[in-house]
Amino acid sequence: MASDPLPYQRPRPGTQPPALYPDYASTQKRAPKRAPIRFEHTLSEMTGPSFDKGWGGPDSADLTRQHKGAPIGERMILQGRVLDEDGRPVAGTLVELWQCNAAGRYHHSVDQHDAPLDPNFTGAGQVVTNAAGEYRFLTVKPGAYPWRNSPNAWRPAHLHLAVFGPAFVTRLNTQMYFPGDPLLALDPIFQSTADAEARERLIAQYDPALSEPEWALGYRWDMVLRGRVATPLDPA
Amino acid sequence: MADKLIPTPSQTVGPFFSLGLDRPEWNDLTRGNPQGERIVIEGRVVDGDGAPVPDALIEMWQANAAGRYAHPDDRQTDKPLDPNFRGFGRCATDGEGRFRFTTVKPGPVPGRGNRLQAPHINVLLFSRGLLIHLHTRIYFEGEAANAADPLLSSIEDAKVRNTLVARREGGGQAGGPVRYRWDIVMQGDNETAFLEL
Repeated sequence: MASDPLPYQRPRPGTQPPALYPDYASTQKRAPKRAPIRFEHTLSEMTGPSFDKGWGGPDSADLTRQHKGAPIGERMILQGRVLDEDGRPVAGTLVELWQCNAAGRYHHSVDQHDAPLDPNFTGAGQVVTNAAGEYRFLTVKPGAYPWRNSPNAWRPAHLHLAVFGPAFVTRLNTQMYFPGDPLLALDPIFQSTADAEARERLIAQYDPALSEPEWALGYRWDMVLRGRVATPLDPA
Repeated sequence: MADKLIPTPSQTVGPFFSLGLDRPEWNDLTRGNPQGERIVIEGRVVDGDGAPVPDALIEMWQANAAGRYAHPDDRQTDKPLDPNFRGFGRCATDGEGRFRFTTVKPGPVPGRGNRLQAPHINVLLFSRGLLIHLHTRIYFEGEAANAADPLLSSIEDAKVRNTLVARREGGGQAGGPVRYRWDIVMQGDNETAFLEL
């Protein structure tokens, strides 16, 4: 008889965004109305896909060398670790990134913003974390862009990142923002998380030690995934 | 608790996620030719107005045909691992909100207290307008183990419970893989049962 596996920690109130956040208009027809069914974690929730051994395809960590020429924009390095709540590195997990170009335009047919596409920039990459849970991308800083959520609304510059972690309940899809951006205070997507300390997690730090002289600015950003309720003991 | 780090908040995938997340081949979990009964799961995602959601992404995670997950924390050594089955799939909806997966029918897996869980697939839903993804499950119509499944049997309202059960629509034997229909209603009277995990 196997003992029940140790569940993952549930989020503390206010540290994750709600389903319905009316200031972000698209939530109004897409947020469920009925309360979700609380269910204790089983093997189904506590396992998840692994992406070591190249299952997710080759790493593509340099978004500035995917075309013939160099993309326009401010070159930047994004480096950090994927950690659990106890600060332990999450190794061998897939990190997927997508973003708009330096002018604020996505290489995507739905994006009709009147800003130029860059023939040398697609804006997508992926990397598997190393044994220390580290990842690193080289890209260009994305631009801010308008959206129709409310009159004269602008999204702060951001990168989209998605990471799996060890279990189906550790899955994270998030956005990384830049320090000091005046648009953050006005952005309902950023503001949707009530807890100010949790929101700070979404902002990268400029790190001169990561910058490469005469080449690229360095930003450091760790992603923290849910951890276990307690440290699991190895079964006898 | 106090010395734990706060996990990073979720943010919406937005309308342009296909740039980074679209992997058209990942909706076929049978690419490696695994053991087990082939099935197709088709459906549609609709919003609170019943309008199709053309910018949603569904991810699924499941046990193999024997009921074992391809993960080190699944220590059911009495069941075989299938080297040709990883158990993870992903599909973006099309312009009409439709999605389609090909996979193998999962075996039953243990639940808490060693209660058996009926065969099911674990599902995540992402879309523009979802600040944090939704969790749900797919069970299978006609499965005897459904009656005693801990999650299904905990839902008193049959209408709600049935939102988790994919309907068998045909196929099988010479007609190709069995086809199941399972829709996601994000909001409203027929809203899908979502899970807080």
